[in-house]
Amino acid sequence: MTNEAIQTLVNSWVPDLEFTEEGSQFLNINVQPEQLHHFMNQLKSNTETQFDYLFCLSGVDWGKELGVVYHLESTVHRHIIVVKVKTEDRENPTFDSVSDIWATAEFHEREVFDFFGIKFNNHPNLKNLFLTEDWERFPLRKDFVDEVNMIIK
Amino acid sequence: METTTNNSNFKSEEYFINMGPQHPATHGVLRLLLTIDGEIIKKVEPDLGYIHRSIEKMCERDSYQQIVHLTDRMDYLSSHINNEAVCLTVENALQIEVPDRVKVIRTIIGELTRIASHCLWWGVMGMDVGALTTYFYGFRDREMINDIFEETCGARLTMNYNIPGGLMFDIHPNFVKRVKDFIAHFKTKLPEYDTLLTGNVIFQKRTKGVGILTKEDAISFGASGPVGRASGYSCDVRKHHPYSALDRVTFNEALKTEGDTFARYQVRIQEMWESLSIIEQLIDNIPEGDYKVATNAVIKLPKGEYYQKVETARGELGVYIISTGTKNPYRVKFRSPGFSNLSLLSHIAVGGKIGDLVATMATLDIVVPDIDR
Repeated sequence: MTNEAIQTLVNSWVPDLEFTEEGSQFLNINVQPEQLHHFMNQLKSNTETQFDYLFCLSGVDWGKELGVVYHLESTVHRHIIVVKVKTEDRENPTFDSVSDIWATAEFHEREVFDFFGIKFNNHPNLKNLFLTEDWERFPLRKDFVDEVNMIIK
Repeated sequence: METTTNNSNFKSEEYFINMGPQHPATHGVLRLLLTIDGEIIKKVEPDLGYIHRSIEKMCERDSYQQIVHLTDRMDYLSSHINNEAVCLTVENALQIEVPDRVKVIRTIIGELTRIASHCLWWGVMGMDVGALTTYFYGFRDREMINDIFEETCGARLTMNYNIPGGLMFDIHPNFVKRVKDFIAHFKTKLPEYDTLLTGNVIFQKRTKGVGILTKEDAISFGASGPVGRASGYSCDVRKHHPYSALDRVTFNEALKTEGDTFARYQVRIQEMWESLSIIEQLIDNIPEGDYKVATNAVIKLPKGEYYQKVETARGELGVYIISTGTKNPYRVKFRSPGFSNLSLLSHIAVGGKIGDLVATMATLDIVVPDIDR
């Protein structure tokens, strides 16, 4: 499917989607946190889109907002889109987990939980993967202060 | 206490055991928390982070030229291909067209890297299941490739041969001859791999029907590289999103449908033949020309987001760069193949025996620094 066709189709599922291709080689879709799980489920199960391969899941700190970026590809149709979800709540950022849709998300979401402190609802095993359990801060956030010069010199 | 047998004289109970962080079969500092009942695995939970260096955070303080040098510390057996991934991302963002010579040399060295990585994997795979000889055979052939690398770029493992815009130096005058010698040598040695290990009855019994991964699960778990292809999942980035000189060569994507440990083994052996064929198609036709194009001393990517995927020896490596237009990236994410491939380990190992877990892990071909980025 072309980007325009995807845009028209997914617009009929969920309201309040934002689209942009600016500064990216893929179609970017911004989705509201409360719509995320329903939207992702549609993207995978709909036979026209069939985004069955979640090839990258990254946490991003945009300064004001925290969020997650999902890179999706269809192994059937070979089209790619990027889905972004953001929240301004830096104290307790929470999104729905997509690990029931793509199994690979389970590990990737744990990585995001470790480094950004973003929590995922309904995640089967949300605990530290890389960091130790008594580690309280989030190293990949932009406001992380590296007191012992461990990373940034 | 869970009883799994009705005979009260032979009660068994589940217990917990640590495999690693210092265990020869985990190939690095990886800790697996196993819950087992006798020999049967009930649960596998990886515990990571023992050698995490936070490369993604370090990238945020570095310039784009410096980032290249960090990437070969991830999957050190595919260092050239990792470097290439970052360089391609930067070149695409700056819309630099590198000379044909660079593309061809990058692809040749990339495929040599793949063969070297698979040689090492084959050696330790045999060793993991109890065949020590394979280790020496594999390392003997890998040594020849490392010598070629050393002559051309001065390093054997962490090569740093790619720079944004091309290559750091031109190839050594001996390069073409030595690569041809290697191909001639390896074509006589690769059949020995089959006679030594592939046909071995004990080896086949250890690997056939063990650690089965279905195609649906492979896609869902984000498997890539030989792990995905052994399950019949066509996931070769070189085929679907060709880069450098890969669009001008013909090769077959090694595919198997069984999805077991033996299939993953066969896919890698097949890939070594395909890589030899790719190198043969290119080695006589390295175009003349410059080995790099000049870039600014300070590289600033235009504001935006860039994604590049390449096929390393382990699978799909993704480089995701968010730039705000400054000399440092705002955020860099490396989607490493080993991380996704490891996530499916517990899925395919549960229900098998501890010995099978070792064989299964060997064919996932885990490199821990790739997971602990």
